[in-house]
Amino acid sequence: MEKLISEFSVGLFFWQTLLFLALLFLLRKYAWKPTLIAVNRREKGIEEALESAELARKELKKLQSSNSALIQEARDERELLLKEAKAMKNEIIAEAKSKAKEEADKVLASAREEIKIEKSKAIEELKTQVADFSFQIAEKLLLEKLSEKDKQSDTVKSALNEINFN
Amino acid sequence: MRLKIVFSFVLFALIFNPFTVRSEHSDEGGDSTDIRAEIKEDILHHLQDAHDFHLFTDETTGTHYSFPLPIILLDGGVKFFMSSKFHHGEEIAEVDGNYYALHHNHIYKTDAEGTINYDENHHVTNAAPLDFSITKSVFSVMIVSIILFLLFKALGDGYKKSANPKGLGKFLEPLVLFVRDEIAIPNIGEKHYQKYMSYLLTVFVFIWFINLTGLTPLGINVTGNIAVTFALALMTFIITQVSAKSTYWKHIFWMPGVPVPMKIILAPIELLGVFIKPFALMIRLYANISAGHIVLMSLVGLLFIFNNWFARGAFLGLTLFLSIIELLVAFLQAYIFTMLTALYFGFAVEEHDDHH
Repeated sequence: MEKLISEFSVGLFFWQTLLFLALLFLLRKYAWKPTLIAVNRREKGIEEALESAELARKELKKLQSSNSALIQEARDERELLLKEAKAMKNEIIAEAKSKAKEEADKVLASAREEIKIEKSKAIEELKTQVADFSFQIAEKLLLEKLSEKDKQSDTVKSALNEINFN
Repeated sequence: MRLKIVFSFVLFALIFNPFTVRSEHSDEGGDSTDIRAEIKEDILHHLQDAHDFHLFTDETTGTHYSFPLPIILLDGGVKFFMSSKFHHGEEIAEVDGNYYALHHNHIYKTDAEGTINYDENHHVTNAAPLDFSITKSVFSVMIVSIILFLLFKALGDGYKKSANPKGLGKFLEPLVLFVRDEIAIPNIGEKHYQKYMSYLLTVFVFIWFINLTGLTPLGINVTGNIAVTFALALMTFIITQVSAKSTYWKHIFWMPGVPVPMKIILAPIELLGVFIKPFALMIRLYANISAGHIVLMSLVGLLFIFNNWFARGAFLGLTLFLSIIELLVAFLQAYIFTMLTALYFGFAVEEHDDHH
């Protein structure tokens, strides 16, 4: 202990303290502060980047799962729509068929009726016309035959010729 | 690769050690007791601070290879001169009519003839002026401080360009992170550690680098000076007491959670602990570094005492091994000093009472 005290140099103590404090304040200003600030900032940046990456990953996963759900939903809907459309098509076709048949029947029936009516009308007209013609011919004939004696006898003669008496 | 560098460094240190160079010359003529005395003298001399920067001595011609350092004395005014005036302790320096002599690395006031008076215990009785000289240790601290400042300023400046360190910063940044993540945060806690970071970082890199200079062939021994470790421990002590919260003082003077008689017994013990902690810091660093230097120098000395190549080879290997251990110790002591400092800061700012 005594040796330690005798070895103690006040001058060395003074210079050591002075120089160390100077070094401390210089390093604090020019080295430790910028270094620690930069390191902290960098570490915070890395942490934040990792966090946001994790968040993005989660978001993506969520998006992916919702995507597939959406796709499934769309598929189901399409199926449903197709089914509905098919049913509607069949219905429409059946309806159209029955309607067409009905219409055709109706048209046919009315046509038949019309034909019937027209036919009877035509027959009626034919009847009157035939009667008319007959009268006219008879009239002409009578007039002609009665006006000319010769001719009348010729006619009778030709008619008699034509008739075969067998 | 790194190991290779360490090896070549240690080898270099051994080959060019000033002590090694010096002993080789004395080996030629002297007998073994002479060498032993000289080795002991050399080690003791090395452990002390010096007033000039001694590199080595050519004993055949008696030339000292060294450069002088400024001497600053407080003796009725500031006396300033270069240490070359002492001629390595061989001459008396005369300044403003006062005479000073260099005796065992201490400066004493003497008469014109340089008489040194001793008492019966062989202690020098001459008056000693207050010595504020730039000694070898002070000079080394200056150089290391400049190097540290330039190194770590480069690290700090590097962040202006990029968030990731480049070049040298790649080596230096992990040191900062080590102190923060392994020393400051575990011992002080996330909440309070920031205000101590500057001190912890400075203490850590300073002790480590100054310890490393002690392993160079320059023969520097800064942290083996009690004044240096005292200065460092005192700063830890002052910062601890100044930043201490009420809980800290309560735990010293009126320990919560124990019966009243125990409180009375514990108070002086705890109060003593306040001073013992930095005292232990001071002694630990001083003793470890001094012991390391003594052991290494003794082993190198043994190389010259044994006149047997086998023994010399064995001691060379042992010296090499211990040099590597000392490299580890240089780091370890810096780490322990910083870690315990952080621990004491942690006690000072602790807020909860649940650790009994």
